[in-house]
Amino acid sequence: MSDPDITLYRLQACPFCERVVRKLEEYDLDYRSRFVEPMHSDRNVVKRISGKRTVPAVVDDTTGVTMSESANIVDYLDRTYGGEGSDTSRASSAQSSDGGEA
Amino acid sequence: MPMGLDFEVVEFPDVDHPTAGEQAPDFERPLVTAEYWEDRALSALTAEGPVLLLFHTMDGAFPTTYMWNEIRDREWGQSEDDLTVVGLSVSSPYEHKTTIAERGIEDTGYRLFSDPQNGVAERYSIDHSLDGMAGVSEPRPAAFLLDDERVIQYAWVAAEWPQFPDYDEIEAAIDDL
Repeated sequence: MSDPDITLYRLQACPFCERVVRKLEEYDLDYRSRFVEPMHSDRNVVKRISGKRTVPAVVDDTTGVTMSESANIVDYLDRTYGGEGSDTSRASSAQSSDGGEA
Repeated sequence: MPMGLDFEVVEFPDVDHPTAGEQAPDFERPLVTAEYWEDRALSALTAEGPVLLLFHTMDGAFPTTYMWNEIRDREWGQSEDDLTVVGLSVSSPYEHKTTIAERGIEDTGYRLFSDPQNGVAERYSIDHSLDGMAGVSEPRPAAFLLDDERVIQYAWVAAEWPQFPDYDEIEAAIDDL
């Protein structure tokens, strides 16, 4: 039994996190969930991996990508696992920010 | 009435719990660290080496506080490549995080399984209903020392309530691994 390549840092009852979960399920991706605290100050693990304390955050070991903000993550998952037009090389440079974090 | 302490210790009935030499039942539950929780199987922990699995009463109750203080001070499993120490109670992951912080075990590697529905204790035949807390059951206090194939090297299950583990006995079993 090996650990999944994708780790999702999430907060219970966080709609932005659920948005990412829906996308992971849509592409039938194996992932593990790590739940963190509602208090931002208690989220050092997320800060350590992504540089920010916001969730959702995703670490994808297959591509070496770490990402925050649900819009960015959904976009990344679409491009990387969405079939045609997949392009992992652009994924790590995606910086567009339209919110979608908690 | 005679002078002195009159108190009742509740005796538990005999049960057919797993004993030394048997393979401990596997389970998967959220496992809580100082920073996050994620689903982990007991078998994934034993695959990396011996595991001390401690069933305890709900977080906040004094036996749980005393037990973690004692184990912390005995430094079980705190050195490298040693022993994995995990607890299990019916408390939620949020309560486990508080316990980890309040017991000062953030840096010990100790982690706590959360099993609010008490299904693991049922599988180990050590569940009991709490008098005066309607609808609430939890594990009897218990300790299982497992090797890397989940075979029980040492087992203790409380015969009365409240009752604490025999720390010296467990320590001797750890030394024998």
